[in-house]
Amino acid sequence: MLWACLLLPQLALDGVLRRRADDTPLVLVDGAVNARTVVAVNASARAAGLRIGQRLTAAQALLARFEAVQYDAADVARWQQFLAGVAYRYSSQVALLPHAIVLEVSKSQSLFGSWSVMERRLREDFSALGFRYRIAAAPTPHGAYVLAGVSDGQTALSHEGMQHLLDHVPLSKSRLPTPAMDALPRMGVRRLGQLLRMPRDGLQRRFGAELLRAMDRLIGDLPAGLELYTPPDTVDWSIELSHEVENIAALVFPLRRMTSDLAAYLSGRDGGVQRFVLKLEHRDRAATDVPIGMLSPERSADVLFDAARGRLEQVQLPAPVLVLRLIAADLPGFVPAGRDLFDERPAHALPFEQLRERLRARLGDDAVYQWGTTIDPRPEHSQRIAAQDDTPLEPRPRPTWLLQRPIPLRGALRVIAGPERLETGWWDGGDTRRDYYVVETEMGQRAWAFCAPGERSGWMLHGWFA
Amino acid sequence: MSAVVALSSLLDARQVWRGRAAPLLEGEQPTGWPLLDAALPSRGWPQASLSEILMPADGVGELRLVLPVLARLTQGDRPVVLVAPPYAPCAMGWRQQGVNLRRVEIVDASEKEVLWAAEQCLRSGSCAAVLAWPYQADDRSLRRLQVAADTGRALAFVFRDRKHLANASPASLRLELDGAPRTAIRVCKCRGGNVPAQAIPFEHVQGFPRGGRNAVATTYVVHQHVHGAADSGPRGNHIRKKSDA
Repeated sequence: MLWACLLLPQLALDGVLRRRADDTPLVLVDGAVNARTVVAVNASARAAGLRIGQRLTAAQALLARFEAVQYDAADVARWQQFLAGVAYRYSSQVALLPHAIVLEVSKSQSLFGSWSVMERRLREDFSALGFRYRIAAAPTPHGAYVLAGVSDGQTALSHEGMQHLLDHVPLSKSRLPTPAMDALPRMGVRRLGQLLRMPRDGLQRRFGAELLRAMDRLIGDLPAGLELYTPPDTVDWSIELSHEVENIAALVFPLRRMTSDLAAYLSGRDGGVQRFVLKLEHRDRAATDVPIGMLSPERSADVLFDAARGRLEQVQLPAPVLVLRLIAADLPGFVPAGRDLFDERPAHALPFEQLRERLRARLGDDAVYQWGTTIDPRPEHSQRIAAQDDTPLEPRPRPTWLLQRPIPLRGALRVIAGPERLETGWWDGGDTRRDYYVVETEMGQRAWAFCAPGERSGWMLHGWFA
Repeated sequence: MSAVVALSSLLDARQVWRGRAAPLLEGEQPTGWPLLDAALPSRGWPQASLSEILMPADGVGELRLVLPVLARLTQGDRPVVLVAPPYAPCAMGWRQQGVNLRRVEIVDASEKEVLWAAEQCLRSGSCAAVLAWPYQADDRSLRRLQVAADTGRALAFVFRDRKHLANASPASLRLELDGAPRTAIRVCKCRGGNVPAQAIPFEHVQGFPRGGRNAVATTYVVHQHVHGAADSGPRGNHIRKKSDA
């Protein structure tokens, strides 16, 4: 067994910061209304002298303009769930600990390679999502959790190695039950190693069985007792915007974050999404729904973003937007498209599916299509959208442009070929009796025109031999 | 420097490299019209760039001009995209010219979006050729298409009215189609070579049985009969049609 721990020290702050594009001073505050305390500060606020634990009034005295956001525990839990979904990509055993995610990685090593490779991939994923983290690996989940709390990148592949690393951990960082941690340093026990080597019966008498159980879980003598995470089958995320947005362009940045989160979540689940809804919530009126539908399940961040932005840009906002919400109720499986090894396309080429979604997003859902032939001899019914075209080839000449509806053709005409009698359609009431000719106009155009059987006047243009 | 060296001895010692005239290469994108290929410096459509086709009216052979290359390209992996064609392409007519319709995508775009859609398709690199019928295209927008075609390594064709001939264009190749008195192609501009002085004859209707001979003649005879006996002809014709279908 090898457990990796991703410690998320600034989850609340990261969750707020990644929604905004600028780096203005920002703090998270918590506590009663009359005694608000700063619980997290971003880099520019720290540079201005703001510290965690300060009263909000003291902070306001130090810096004239900064943004104070209420700390939201539910928001933190939501981000943790989301990141567990991302980590789920690497292991089926993912569990949540306070401010951390642990996952079992030894079984996934045959797929992803050794721990060092997997560690690099985890770091890439979490950095791309904009969260700060510390990674450690150890044979037990609680061991990895403690090591991650000490410093970033600690790895213990064996029990002995873990024991060795844990020996030097200060008791204050051991995450063992609090009463014992307060008392033990006063007895001269300052390192975890000292505690682990103390007589067990004496410890039990002084601190109760709970401390011993926690120690056993830490070094792996007891099962870890974690509740494993299962990814939910629907997505319902929302972003509260920092101000009332009246311009669609201001929604693009949060939208990009949301769609790339969705892509990360979907690849963790090994699924795709074909339909989702963006809800733009307003103050005193019903939310504006922007449905997004694609031709096939997708999970590439670019495709999702393109599709969503294209449709969002066509929306007329009836009122300022307060909350951007993304709902995906149906998450079907995803089959990645195969690509040829010797692909003739340029290296940076956009896949055609992505191009088609981009065109559909801007031009309308029915804007991109293919024609196929049918076996109906009437030209009006001879082709339909996205039909098969394995019908036999027509031996008589057919034009290259076809008018959807014939129009009168005037002027001097010269018959080049014809007639071709078409008398059919009795089965559905669309009876047709026509003689088709290839005619040439004065301008040298070759037209496919028909007239009533036996006549050579009243020409109707039905196509061009362009 | 005093020693005079005979040129022939230098040549014999192979110290001088003698260039020779480049052989006439076959183009990468032959048009399928040998006379046109011979007249163009690229021996075919200019690779990865914009070709502009100017015509007096619809139906003078503008599609037949490009159908051979489309037929060839649609056998490959990358699709051919038509952006805002003026009419529906006749599926059977295109198949008769050898085009694989599974690789032909049609994009309906409004007047303002034609150039945007064409540029997206060209730039993506996932299309083999893009044919566009822009309503309004100025020098700048055509230049964008030219750059996009180069980026995406695709053939770009723009079909416009002949009245735009007077305006300058950044296209690599400009062809003018003449309908009357007989169809001909005039090369107005071709990058990398001189413009041929004479128009190239372009007989795009060679597929037709002319003037009611061959197979069509029988139908024509039936039609002649119809004048006399109003009923028998069409019915016989009708049965033949059904068996064909």
